[in-house]
Amino acid sequence: MKIAVCVKQVPDTETKVKIAADGRSLDESSVTFVVSPYDEYALEEALRIRDQQGGEVVAFSVGEERVASALRTVLAMGVDRAVHLKDAAFQGSDALGLSRILAVALKGEGFDLILFGKQAVGTDRGQVGPRVAELLGLPHVSVVTHLTWEGSRFTARREIEGANEVVEGAPPVVLTAQKGLNEPRYASLKGILAAKKKEIRVVGAADLGLDPATIGTAGAKTRWEKLELPPARSAGKILKDMEPGAAAAELVRLLRQEAKVI
Amino acid sequence: MAQQDVLVFIECRGESIKRPSLEALSEGGRVARALGGKLLALCAGPGAQAAAAQLVELGPDRILVAEDDLLSLYQPEVYATLLSDAVRTNQVGVVLLSATAMGRDLGPRVAAKLEAGLAADCTHVEVEGGELLAKRPVFSGKAIATVRFSGTPVFLTLRPNVFALESSPGKNPQPELLKIDFDPSRLAVKTIKVEAGEGAEQDVSEASIVVSGGRAMKGPENFALIRDLARVLGGAMGASRAAVDAGWIDHQYQVGQTGKVVSPNLYIACGISGAIQHLAGMSSSKVIVAINKDPEAPIFKLADYGIVGDLYEILPRLTEEVRKLKGNS
Repeated sequence: MKIAVCVKQVPDTETKVKIAADGRSLDESSVTFVVSPYDEYALEEALRIRDQQGGEVVAFSVGEERVASALRTVLAMGVDRAVHLKDAAFQGSDALGLSRILAVALKGEGFDLILFGKQAVGTDRGQVGPRVAELLGLPHVSVVTHLTWEGSRFTARREIEGANEVVEGAPPVVLTAQKGLNEPRYASLKGILAAKKKEIRVVGAADLGLDPATIGTAGAKTRWEKLELPPARSAGKILKDMEPGAAAAELVRLLRQEAKVI
Repeated sequence: MAQQDVLVFIECRGESIKRPSLEALSEGGRVARALGGKLLALCAGPGAQAAAAQLVELGPDRILVAEDDLLSLYQPEVYATLLSDAVRTNQVGVVLLSATAMGRDLGPRVAAKLEAGLAADCTHVEVEGGELLAKRPVFSGKAIATVRFSGTPVFLTLRPNVFALESSPGKNPQPELLKIDFDPSRLAVKTIKVEAGEGAEQDVSEASIVVSGGRAMKGPENFALIRDLARVLGGAMGASRAAVDAGWIDHQYQVGQTGKVVSPNLYIACGISGAIQHLAGMSSSKVIVAINKDPEAPIFKLADYGIVGDLYEILPRLTEEVRKLKGNS
């Protein structure tokens, strides 16, 4: 099985958000970058499938120089090789642009399985997986929590409100991973050493034959006009040092009469 | 001018409409009025025609209905063909979906088909000088981005429980039946059934009241306290990541970054300290209540109301007080 995993480097989820001077982006000066947590479920699943069924796992990531460290991390987890999609023309891409870049990069290689995290934390769009599937003319299953194989056919469970959809089919397919799918591994020391020798191929817009007007800031159909901190919530009423029965009664009264929510 | 028209994708379950779709239709009406366009509803599924009657009071100018057998289960490729055909045929400028499991899946696929932009999980939409602006939480709710679009159509998915329902009766459009142009033999990947989750309770992402338990629940058995309070309030049960990772409760109940995002009218956090990853899932709730032993717990900073105390003493009494209240009203 030939498997692609698309990963995104994102600010660590513990990052304290500071707005940049332009008023519409994140101040990245003191940000630690990590592989988006949902992508780790996708990676783990890819590695397990390869280890059971044979084949190859290739990681793809779009972004500037620093993204190379995210690719090193996934190579250390056991990915066979990586493709770093790097070009000044890619900067400022929205979900539409990123999908175009990835779809063209993925197309030539004939993957059976293309995996994504269900969304990148940070931008939290959850768009690129289904968009890439559409651009490649492939089916997709998003938010997958279980995946089993019988020969070359798979059964996936996808989480919906209060239930699961059960989806069956055969590759080629695009899947997006949700927590619960597996428990991602940590890179071993041996893996970290081996990763240093693995290939990270750098690919730009010209290599892919992409028209710069259709990607990056130029091709974006959505852009952040403003980024702001959420409005502060006013101080709440906190009941302290009260007998539990009295506190419970007072809380119910407040929720009924003041907040009018029960 | 069709480019000012707004199309809202409506999900139905049998003959009833999902509430987030009604909210999206209501917001669609506000946007259409601000743009000076028409409001179209597209209602798809086996009971769609009967269900469409519930849409009339929200004031759509036209109701499009698709009832094909192919729509009985959600097949992304089939639904994407239906929706993109409707957008193209009617030349609408704005497409709204709710940010439900289906809307989040379908929206990007259709937007890709039409080479369009999409703003996901929006919590506010406005029209300024004839142009649409959308606000959406990013970085786990630690910031709000204002999104501007270029080109048409534009797609938005709207976070459930955020947009108000507003009736706008007066028109009485007759449902227009749509046919789907899709050959089912093309489906190499197919949804074959829907399996109910554990219990048939309300899903945490759809409830207007959520009661969640965290690390202080200490074990699976104590979630009965959470479930009892949720039941008497007519709400749903939730949990923090700590409780899910400890194996006390299933992942489907998890609220937070790696779980579900909720914005109920009332969120009661019990024994949850308020780690950033939990706040990401619930900080857009309208009223937040915290019950925690530790007065320094970060959750109190976000809470509108709180009790500092032992949840094992407080929860049973709270359930009892609510029961008394409900008995009297």
